[in-house]
Amino acid sequence: MFEYTFQWRQAFRALPQMLDGALVTMQIAVLSMVIGVTIAVLLAVARNAHSPWLRWPATAWVEVARNTPALFQIYMAHFGLGSFGIYLSPYVALLAGITFNNAGYLCETFRGALRAIPATQVRAGRSLGMGQVMAFRLIVLPQMFRIAFLPTTNQMVWAILMTSLGVTVGMSTDLTGVTQDLNARTFRTFELFALAGALYYCIAKAVMFAARLAAWRLFRY
Amino acid sequence: MIEIENVHKSFGALEVLKGINLTVDKGEVVSVIGGSGSGKSTLLTCINGLEPINSGRILVDGIEVHAKTTDLNKLRRKIGIVFQQFNAFPHLTVLENVTLAPRKVKGLSRQEAEEIAVKHLTHVGLAEKLNVYPGRLSGGQQQRMAIARALAMSPDYMLFDEVTSALDPQLVGEVLDTLKMLADEGMTMICVTHEMSFARDVSNRVAFFHKGVMAEIGPPEQIFGNAQHEETRKFLSSVR
Repeated sequence: MFEYTFQWRQAFRALPQMLDGALVTMQIAVLSMVIGVTIAVLLAVARNAHSPWLRWPATAWVEVARNTPALFQIYMAHFGLGSFGIYLSPYVALLAGITFNNAGYLCETFRGALRAIPATQVRAGRSLGMGQVMAFRLIVLPQMFRIAFLPTTNQMVWAILMTSLGVTVGMSTDLTGVTQDLNARTFRTFELFALAGALYYCIAKAVMFAARLAAWRLFRY
Repeated sequence: MIEIENVHKSFGALEVLKGINLTVDKGEVVSVIGGSGSGKSTLLTCINGLEPINSGRILVDGIEVHAKTTDLNKLRRKIGIVFQQFNAFPHLTVLENVTLAPRKVKGLSRQEAEEIAVKHLTHVGLAEKLNVYPGRLSGGQQQRMAIARALAMSPDYMLFDEVTSALDPQLVGEVLDTLKMLADEGMTMICVTHEMSFARDVSNRVAFFHKGVMAEIGPPEQIFGNAQHEETRKFLSSVR
């Protein structure tokens, strides 16, 4: 009835290669978050702006990022842009797709956080001689990041997991790509992907732990 | 000197200041009293340029606040303002709250800014709370911190906007004592207040605002003892 023989040793022998893949996964996730957070802050400010020239493009970004599948966004970055003569490597396409997605979701998280900060905080900064940008940077941003911190860590985990979609555009150096490659050569599908799953789980847990530690260090108030 | 000349200010169709004229000399303490919606607080925010005006002009040491060429950020260093809501920056300690603007706006070194901050925080009785976050302070302490924060910019003028209104009655005294101390030291102050005893005891002049108009202004003895305007008498009898 059940004739499959597990070959865990073979899977564990591939562990160093998979760990290399996990590093690439982390690299893409971290980069997509750093760039995504930066864009999301700008989008959140633009979404709250009076000028429609700022508001509309930001709204369009958020609408597409949140209401279409991440896979579609990565496909568009790789194959879609190719139709216009812009060829992105699988790595760049995956990074671009996840960053686009991150920025869209985080924009709304940050926008909510911005609304939670009383306008009088900026007023107090301005009354001390600060310009609009300085007041935003020194008074609003740190408070916004605190309010948005937990949802942002969720997005970080989501970014890690989304990297697995890279395999659909030919990404072969991240954790899923490496696992897929090993699978094609050994056919130890269950063992290899179970191990990959465990690694994803460990990375996500490590990120959440690091985030809690950072929150404890940064947000003492 | 602060010179307010025929200032009009509207929020949409609602005119909240209807031709205000007032001159405040160096070293003078002027209290502004009046009912809610009479335009008292709006006047203060117009003086330091946080609100634009519709017509008239406001001059601070001869500089027109609302002129297009005026560097408002620079001018605001001369004019400290403390609001009804303390507006403490919750992510910064008391010391950081007070040193932030001197460091980032005036460009002082951390050490210089901290020396000034400690001096002012000691002055307002918060020397023991330097490394505490505002969330752990009482309302009165937060308000005194806000006063120290404004003073750390070494302003020539201080504007106080109902600074005791959000405080529990038992905490009002400590903030009023701080204001009295500043007045005794010769700080030029405009205080929007509902504390009539403070207005009577500390001010050189008291202005009564009614429906966007400065209905009456004079020394405290006149306003509290022999008010000329019917609305002033009505207001004072309602708050006594």
